[in-house]
Amino acid sequence: MLLKNYRKRYAMVMDTRRCVGCQACVLACKAENGVPHNGYRDWIVTETKGEFPHLSMEIRSERCMHCTNAPCVTNCPTGASHYSKGGTVQSDRALCTGCKACIAACPYDARYVHPDGFVDKCTFCMHRVERGANPACVEGCPTKALAFGDLNDSASEVARLLRENPPKLLSPEEGTEPNLYFLI
Amino acid sequence: MVEVEIFRNSASIDPQLHIWGWEIPVYLFLGGLTGGIMILTAVAGRRGAGLGLSRAMRLLPFAAPLLLSLGMGALFLDLEYKLHVFRFYTAMKPTSPMSWGSWLLLLIYPATVLLGLARLTDEDVATLPLLRSLRGRTADTLARLRAFGTANVGTVETANVILGIALGGYTGILLGTLGARALWSSVLLGPLFLVSGLSTGAAFMMLFHLGHEEHATLRRWDIAAIVVELLLLGLFFVELASSGGAKGRAAAALFFGGGYTAVFWSLVVVAGLAAPLAIEIAEGRKWLRPAIAAPALLLVGGLSLRWIFVLAGQAAV
Repeated sequence: MLLKNYRKRYAMVMDTRRCVGCQACVLACKAENGVPHNGYRDWIVTETKGEFPHLSMEIRSERCMHCTNAPCVTNCPTGASHYSKGGTVQSDRALCTGCKACIAACPYDARYVHPDGFVDKCTFCMHRVERGANPACVEGCPTKALAFGDLNDSASEVARLLRENPPKLLSPEEGTEPNLYFLI
Repeated sequence: MVEVEIFRNSASIDPQLHIWGWEIPVYLFLGGLTGGIMILTAVAGRRGAGLGLSRAMRLLPFAAPLLLSLGMGALFLDLEYKLHVFRFYTAMKPTSPMSWGSWLLLLIYPATVLLGLARLTDEDVATLPLLRSLRGRTADTLARLRAFGTANVGTVETANVILGIALGGYTGILLGTLGARALWSSVLLGPLFLVSGLSTGAAFMMLFHLGHEEHATLRRWDIAAIVVELLLLGLFFVELASSGGAKGRAAAALFFGGGYTAVFWSLVVVAGLAAPLAIEIAEGRKWLRPAIAAPALLLVGGLSLRWIFVLAGQAAV
């Protein structure tokens, strides 16, 4: 909604066909970002459909969707939750009062209360991206199921993947315009 | 069959959302109560500042900031990062009802205190324990504020009505904008909480020694408010079940056979609304002597309504 003309538009593509649910992305994130034991910036979801023996399973690595129209930003009373580089959604812990309106507003359960009192979530590892590296989860994935990049760059892997595969979005009816795309 | 397994155990998210406990329902209740008192005390005095009002009615505007302060205390206790509470006042986010509310709460104090001061008579100042011992500069300031309030009583009353409506309504709108929670995402919550605030405000006021006519007027307002509240509750569930999708229907089911059925229908609908309505109608027709049964039930019902809604909204998928 407020994306306007960001120079870069960061997005992540998660290929569910390659994901085996090994949790390497979860561990990589925990190690890289010092995520506390009762908090999860990313996590695995398995969705099993059908009637035995005709079953299918979709395995997803989920995290904050860095929505273009983020309800957490809309509802934050102090501006702690805000749009930042590349259209990502970041949390300024210096402004956070821990009111938890963002947690109530998020349709994806992406946020959690850090033991230090502020509300925390996935940052797309901006501290790594600024150095030219990939987010920790992307680096850690053994099946290369995760891709991260700039959608405004037509040569980027994420742009190419989305051109070649119709993506699935989670809860599109919420109107959040998420920037984490799933390939099924 | 669809089976979803989430390999996550985030504090306050899993196994079900539990971010808001007793603090938020208590604040919502006290906020609505304050809003109701503000509107009713402002409207009650239309006959003229301090003339013809019982002492209780003259002093009731001062109950508003006291009750609201208790509510704000509960809000403060809910914060996970209490040291940053001042951050509510270093920003104004127009899209955040919570931001609107935090600034609105500041305005309530001068509006209600001025209304109370405008209503005070000279006899009140001379006889009330807190006021009669004031001397020197404090007494001067009090006199000046009283004069200011009395001179602008019309504006002060209007301000109390508008701010009271805003306070009573925004608590519902705050929940209503959280579209991710199926039970809460309805615009009807704003008017519902406002009308409930009016009703509980009237109930609170009826606990005091009011004049006979004042009590009767409040009772009439209260009966109307309860009827509207029951209608809005009905509409709310109709909306939830019909246009809320599968999540809306699941949320509504919590109250029609689900885990919150018993507490909701007994504490909110029967004890909190229907029974007091019947008692008040009977009191109005002089079949019953006015007693505190109806106000007490209304207050319990108002708190229960908010407590159940806050908990159930987190329980719903």
